[in-house]
Amino acid sequence: MSEGPLLSVQGIFAGYGPIEALKGVTLNVQRGEIVTLIGANGAGKSSTLMCICGVHRARKGSIHFDGEEVTDEKPHSLVAKGLAQVPEGRKIFARMTVLENLELGAYLRKDVAGIKSDLDMVYTLFPILGERRKQLGGTLSGGEQQMLAIGRALMSKPKLLLMDEPSMGVAPILTAKIFDTIRELNKQGMTILLVEQNAHLALKLAHRGYVLETGEIVLEDKASSLLTDPRVKEAYLGDED
Amino acid sequence: MSNTEVLLQQLIIGLSNGMIIALIALGYTMVYGIVELINFAHGDLFMLGAFLALTVVGALGLDAIPEPALLSWGFIPLLIIVPLFCATLNWSIDRLAYRPLRDAPRLAPLVSAIGVSFVLINIGLFWGGLRMDVFNGGVAAASPKDFPWIVSSANLLGPDSNIILTWNELLVFAITVPLMIGLSVLVKFTRLGKAMRAVAQNPTAARLMGIDVDRVIGATFLIGGALAGAAAVVYSSYNHTIYFQMGFRVGMDAFTAAVLGGIGNLPGALVGGLVIGVIRAMSDQYIATEWTNVVVFAILIVVLTFRPSGILGATVREKV
Ligand SMILES: Nc1ncnc2c1ncn2[C@@H]1O[C@H](COP(=O)(O)OP(=O)(O)OP(=O)(O)O)[C@@H](O)[C@H]1O
Ligand SMILES: [Mg+2]
Repeated sequence: MSEGPLLSVQGIFAGYGPIEALKGVTLNVQRGEIVTLIGANGAGKSSTLMCICGVHRARKGSIHFDGEEVTDEKPHSLVAKGLAQVPEGRKIFARMTVLENLELGAYLRKDVAGIKSDLDMVYTLFPILGERRKQLGGTLSGGEQQMLAIGRALMSKPKLLLMDEPSMGVAPILTAKIFDTIRELNKQGMTILLVEQNAHLALKLAHRGYVLETGEIVLEDKASSLLTDPRVKEAYLGDED
Repeated sequence: MSNTEVLLQQLIIGLSNGMIIALIALGYTMVYGIVELINFAHGDLFMLGAFLALTVVGALGLDAIPEPALLSWGFIPLLIIVPLFCATLNWSIDRLAYRPLRDAPRLAPLVSAIGVSFVLINIGLFWGGLRMDVFNGGVAAASPKDFPWIVSSANLLGPDSNIILTWNELLVFAITVPLMIGLSVLVKFTRLGKAMRAVAQNPTAARLMGIDVDRVIGATFLIGGALAGAAAVVYSSYNHTIYFQMGFRVGMDAFTAAVLGGIGNLPGALVGGLVIGVIRAMSDQYIATEWTNVVVFAILIVVLTFRPSGILGATVREKV
């Protein structure tokens, strides 16, 4: 374990062909923090997470994870280093059972006993997954799939959990449950970078936050300060207060 | 020969060829399942496998040996060398011709596959013209080559039976059935198999699980190639004629079988292969050989009209 932030993203640029999605995004996540990244549709939140995971290549800039430069690493070596993502839209393996989905989360792990106890941990966290372990992932409801995606990410025993809009397409009551779980995981020491469109919920949960607008970070502050910031209030919080 | 006997005989031939077609169809369907590419070169890979098999037969001198009482010992080295060759070649084709185009528009690797197919066909043509005894001494590169009997042709049902069942047919099943069982066990239970299914269902999620997608795709080409190699050995020893364009002919049957069964679906390749094999045999017998291709494609069209995703095509819809 090294000093400094667990994740540090320095001025990354990325795009899709001629589309420039990220224009110099800089952010960092300290160990033990929940950091949220909020922004409108198309701001580049998912692109940021995909660059961090190595699925999408940054054209410029650098990414450091756990004290090491990882800018050009492949996704599988980043997973091995302790990075996991709960992707946007959940990306469940639809024709595999809940159990097989969870086992794939532990794909790179060899510690059979550890995997078994983490599986029990996930079933304790989300009992419905235990009940449905033989059911195909594609037949779960949206909220159940979200829980499965979180459980699957946890199965890799990550140091940093990236979450992309875990409230999307999930009933409010389940959203509350999922956010409770995130808080609980963080209490147990998990570091989390949370992307959300539901800025209100996210800022209430997180320690710090960043606001992304068309590929650039325009604000960064303690979450409690962002909650009361008039610019954030106007653009992202609407009339919720 | 009674009507029933004719029917039974055609059924034996149809099922035997169907199993071989299925083995090749698996290569199409596995590759399609994992990279959504119709590997047009797959049939030609099979053809080169058959040419290598004949070359090995010549090198081992098996063509000079009279028909064996049961099975020539040469079958063993054939079943090792040819699948190894086809596996390596298939892996290399992916590495050189498809992988660089992985992020390109869909059409690009497809065109690349057609190009590879032409290259392989021409290698086959050249190979067929080499000065080797088994290739008719190098004359007529394009002409069909006889593949010697390396399995006994004695009728197991006795000399008086009208129906012919030999070690050839039994060997087709003895080789294809274990290979298919082995493949399903691999796909269902092994780590590699799970990774293959994960990549097929959601490549991005597979990456996020820590799966090295390029390696898994490479392994898929290796396995598909090995199956095509085994199919080449079995086909050659069963049908006794090989020619440089057979990759197109047999490959088309196998591809049709894959689509008929439900492309991307492994049991579908088996079902499709058997259906095509039997239809071909029946059409050859009861309609006319020159109509067989028409019959096969007509049935394909009818099936796809009512079941667009094939006989065993995807039943679970993916939720987004
Ligand atoms: N695969 C892609 N091909 C082309 N453009 C893309 C692709 N993915 C994202 N983009 C573009 O990049 C920009 C950033 O998209 P991104 O998905 O990162 O935004 P986001 O903040 O996650 O949005 P949302 O809240 O809708 O999920 C958008 O303009 C989007 O249209
Ligand atoms: Mg997004």
